[in-house]
Order: sequence, then structure tokens, then C-alpha cells
Amino acid sequence: MALKTTEVEAKGGRSRHRSLGLSDEQALRIYEVMRLARAVDERMWLINRQGRAPFVISCQGQEGAQVGIAAALRPGSDWVAPYYRDAGVVLWFGMTARDQMLSFFARREDPNSGGRQMPGHFGSRRLHIVTGGSPVATQLLHAAGVALASKQRKEDAVTAAFFGEGAASQGDTHEAMNFAGIHKLAVLFVCENNGYAISVPQSQQMAIQNVADRAAGYGFPGVVVDGNDVLACYEVARQAVERARRGEGPTLIEAKTYRFTAHSSDDDDKRYRQAEEVAIWRQKDPIQRYATYLREAGTLLDPVEQEITERINQQVEDATDYAEQAPDPTADDLTTFVFKQELKP
Amino acid sequence: MAVKTVIEAIRDGMDEEMARDESVFLIGEDVGNRGGVFLASDGLYKKYGELRVIDSPLAESCIVGVAIGAAVNGMRPIAEIQFADFIAPAMNQIIEEAARFSYRTAGDFNLPMVIRAPWGGGVHGALYHSQSIEAMFAHVPGLKVVAPGTPADAKGLLKAAIRDPDPVLYLEHKRTYRLVKGEVPDGDGVVPIGKADVKREGKDLSLIAYGLMLTYCLEVAEKLAADGISAEVLDLRTIRPIDRAAIIATARKTGKVLVVHEDTPFAGVAAEVMAIIMENAFDALDAPVMRVTGPDVPAMPFNHVLEEAFMPNPEKILARARELAAV
Repeated sequence: MALKTTEVEAKGGRSRHRSLGLSDEQALRIYEVMRLARAVDERMWLINRQGRAPFVISCQGQEGAQVGIAAALRPGSDWVAPYYRDAGVVLWFGMTARDQMLSFFARREDPNSGGRQMPGHFGSRRLHIVTGGSPVATQLLHAAGVALASKQRKEDAVTAAFFGEGAASQGDTHEAMNFAGIHKLAVLFVCENNGYAISVPQSQQMAIQNVADRAAGYGFPGVVVDGNDVLACYEVARQAVERARRGEGPTLIEAKTYRFTAHSSDDDDKRYRQAEEVAIWRQKDPIQRYATYLREAGTLLDPVEQEITERINQQVEDATDYAEQAPDPTADDLTTFVFKQELKP
Repeated sequence: MAVKTVIEAIRDGMDEEMARDESVFLIGEDVGNRGGVFLASDGLYKKYGELRVIDSPLAESCIVGVAIGAAVNGMRPIAEIQFADFIAPAMNQIIEEAARFSYRTAGDFNLPMVIRAPWGGGVHGALYHSQSIEAMFAHVPGLKVVAPGTPADAKGLLKAAIRDPDPVLYLEHKRTYRLVKGEVPDGDGVVPIGKADVKREGKDLSLIAYGLMLTYCLEVAEKLAADGISAEVLDLRTIRPIDRAAIIATARKTGKVLVVHEDTPFAGVAAEVMAIIMENAFDALDAPVMRVTGPDVPAMPFNHVLEEAFMPNPEKILARARELAAV
């Protein structure tokens, strides 16, 4: 069975982040990226409901798992293969609020896709974010391939693939973990288990409690972690990254979490889950929880919080204004980049 | 110049590219110690080691998906699907992922990778070791599809595919592996993707083919010559991007065209060739464009009577060509 991390508060107390080797500055940086992910997301919903953009898909509720795990990686040399909720991951890896809004408004300057893909389909070669499509779980095999290349060149880069518990049902998930296990590849398989694949609850997705239990079948460790405890996520990811860099192979991390919004702006979650259930999970909001910890630790002082809030507000305003006014692609852009070297079809 | 078989040319092509470029590697089922079920990679495991000749698990989506990831991270993978018939589990990775990487990132990503797949019938391979898959994949923008028919083209197109910055589906006809021999130039001998080749000049009618059917069409052209009919044979070599100019040129030259493939006819490569001719050379035609293809049944049966009934062969092609010549 998968290992379970003990309760948050039990370890480290008020200097927990320091005992994990995180400076106050790093701990605050994690907090700010979580808040930025949330703030951009909330703004997207507002704009969508005003009819100014057609679609939004959310990270809300999962920022702790996303940023906590990404923070254990080295942006620039390590790689991530995110899924469509992973705004927290890609912001940590260097995307900006502007980049996200350009994608949200599907503008020509959108660095992910030039306005071709729906929002949430991240990708940047420069930032080592593997482009993702809409079919789920394909990126786990890409992550295994990226890690294979690192091994072939004897580089110590680590690759993290992120996916939901619904994607855990796909054959590609099995094939990727099997391959990565055989070759002891430096991969973190990160399942953000939010309990629902659109409307289908975990009980209809699998007969087991923990996706992480499956790791045993691939010959590497599986770890269950409280996905709404950002420091716990950081801790398990750091251990998995160290293990991977030592050449000991992959780890499957299952972060138990919850999505606060419907699946997307086109979904109505009242059809399949109770408002009371959402309310209970909102009490466990990873951002609020972390803020409480940081305040008690004496790290998040009021003036610091105010600065962070101002910076985030400024970024969201700037990104929204910039992206909404940015030009659309032209019809001529429809036929470019079918191939790297342009060929007539 | 040395005379080689198609399978030897493919092995030489992989060997030379792996020697030339350390980022080139092979992944597939049984490609390691076994050297591949057709011995396409015979000796490469010993020469290049287990990190560059990788025996994959028996999982086609894994083979292609891992190749995609490796290509993202600076490698040039050759992903071998043991038989084209088993490519279906990898279709999601090929069509939804590999073929879309460049387009969906507006050129930020590209995938220099080759998917090799032995295809075609006439080898007693039955339903699941005989299939033609070119039309399904040629339909997908973002993929290049090549189907060489001679040793020189097999080697030259493989080199071009490995050096190409985009995903290439490289189809090697199993029946040609040891049947077709020919001179292979010394040195690189790269054959550009997207260029058809007139394998025999003629003036009365054109035979357009690829793969094993090229060999059959050249036989047919020889027989037609004995009847006093001069047949031109155009080898497509690349299915996509298809060489429109070469198709139009031969249609304009002879005014009579017979397109031959063993794949089933509906929405097949021949249909596309015929559409190109209709749109661009209708005024030059002296007869309707004709085709010889496999029949519209799901796949090729095992029994030899049924297999022969499925496969186009020189006799069937000759009969149709004579019909066309007589118009």
C-alpha cells in the first residue's frame, strides 16, 4: 500500500517551511504564485460570465498540489508535462499572467498556441513545458520519453507529468508507468485527485481508494499526500525528485484535492455534487490554509500581504487589459506551421 | 554502387544515420537482441548498445508516445511498429499528438521522429499481417507518409525521414524486403520527401503506383512494350506531401492514367490522385482515369485462393492497362 504522510501540523510546527529547507522568501514566493493562479482564474470566470470570452477551465482548489510539487523542481532544466488545470505549475515554471490571458482570449500572441487551442492547453519549449492537447493521459508517455532522452544523454533533469484521477483510467497511464519503471526514469507521476472526472466520482472510476497504490505494480513507490497542504506536497515532491536524480527511478504522487468550480464554464456541477460538499472543501482551501500557517509562522506580515495583493491585482489588471486589446490571428494564420518547414499541402 | 535488398538498404540506412548522429535511436518490439522480426535492425543492438536500440514493452502507444517525448527533448527517435496492422493502439499518439505538435503550438514545438511500419500483403499474413494503412494516415495534415519500393529509395527516404524536422510515417512493404533487389548508391543518397520518380519513360499511358505495386507495374510495362504499347511508370514514393506536379505532368504527357494500389479503393490514395488529375489535367485526358486496387473487404484473408483474389497482381494490372490502351 502507498505511504501516507502524517498530518501537516504535526511536523515542524511554526517553522515547518524552514525545516523543509525553504527560506521565508521562497515560502512567500510559493504563496504568491498560488494566489496569482487563483486570481487570474477568478478573473477569467468573471470575463466569461460577462460574455467576453467563450471558455474557462479552472485550477481553483488545486493550487497547493500544483505549486507545492512544481516548487521542488528546477525550472529551466527540469521538464513538466502539465494537464489543463495546471495554471499553478506553469506559472511556477515561468509563464506569466499575460501569457495566460493571451491564451484565454485566444490572441495571436498567445505563447502556448497562437490562439489555436482552448485555454489551459499549456506549452512552451523555452520554459520546458511540454505542449498538451485535450486527450487525457497522452502526456504521461511524453514525460517518459523526455526522461528517456535525459537518461540517454546522462543528464540529471527530472520530468514531472501531471494528470487527474480520470486520466489514471487510460491505457497510456499504465504504459507510461510501466516503461518508466522498467528503465528507472527520472519521472514524477503526479495525480491531482480531485474526486471527479467531470461528473463521474472516483467510486465509478476505480475500485480502489488510492491511485498511488498502483505504483507497486510498476516497481516504484506511490505516495498519498494531502493536496491542499502545499508544504506536504513540496516535501513529498522533493523526496521524489532526489530519488529520481539519484537514478533510482520514478515516484507516483497522489495529491488528494478538490476542484472548487464546475469542470469548465460549460458544466453545471449542481447536477452531480452537493453544495454542502463543495462548502466543506472550501473550508480546506489550500491558499487560506497556507496563509494561516505563514501568518502564525510570522512570515506573512500584514504589509507583506498587502504588497503581494497589490502586485497580483496589478498583474491581473495589466494582463486582462493587454490581452483583451491584443490582436486576433488573421485568416492567413490558419495555414501556417502544419510542419516546421513550410510545405504546400 | 552495390546491389542490395530492401531490408538491407533499410538496415544500412539506420546504421549509417546512427553512426552519423548520436541523437538517433531505435525503439520497438524485438528490435534489440533479436534484431527485429524481419532482421531490419540485425547487429545494431550489439553495435550501439541498450540505450540506443531499445526493446520496448509490447505496447504501441508507448512506443510512439515515448518517441514523441524523446523528440521533444532533443533526440531523433525511430519508432518501429512491428506490423502496420498493430498501429491502431498508437493512433491517438500519432494523430492527436505527433501530427499536431507543430500546429497547436504555432511552430514552437516540432518532432523530428520516424515511425517505421512494415505493411502490405502477399505474404500469407492474413487479416492482421497484411494491411495497407497509408490512406488513413495520409488523410492527416501534419504527418508525412512515405512508401518506397526500391532499395535505393528505401535507404534514401529513410535518411531523409530521420533528418526531417517533422514526424514521418515510413512504410516498408514486407513483400519487397527480400524480393526486390537493386543498386544502391554509395554515400548518403538521400531521396527528398515529396518527390515522385519516373521509373520508366513512356508515351501511350501512365501507370502510377508505390510499394510492391511499383515492381508489378514495371513488369506490366515490359509486357505492354511487347504489344507495342509504351507505358510510363511513375513511382509516387511519397504519399504525402504528394508530388502533384509529377502526377499532372505524366497525365498531360500520356493522356491515359491507371493508378494501382493494394489498399482498398474507397477514399484511397488512387482517389486523391484521380482528383488531382481531374482538377489539373482534365483537358489532356483521352480516357477516364482508371484504377486497380484491393477490394472493399475489411482485410486480406489467410487462405491462398482468397489472398490471391484480394491482391492486385501483374495479370490484373495488365488486363486493365490493355483496356485503357484500347480506349
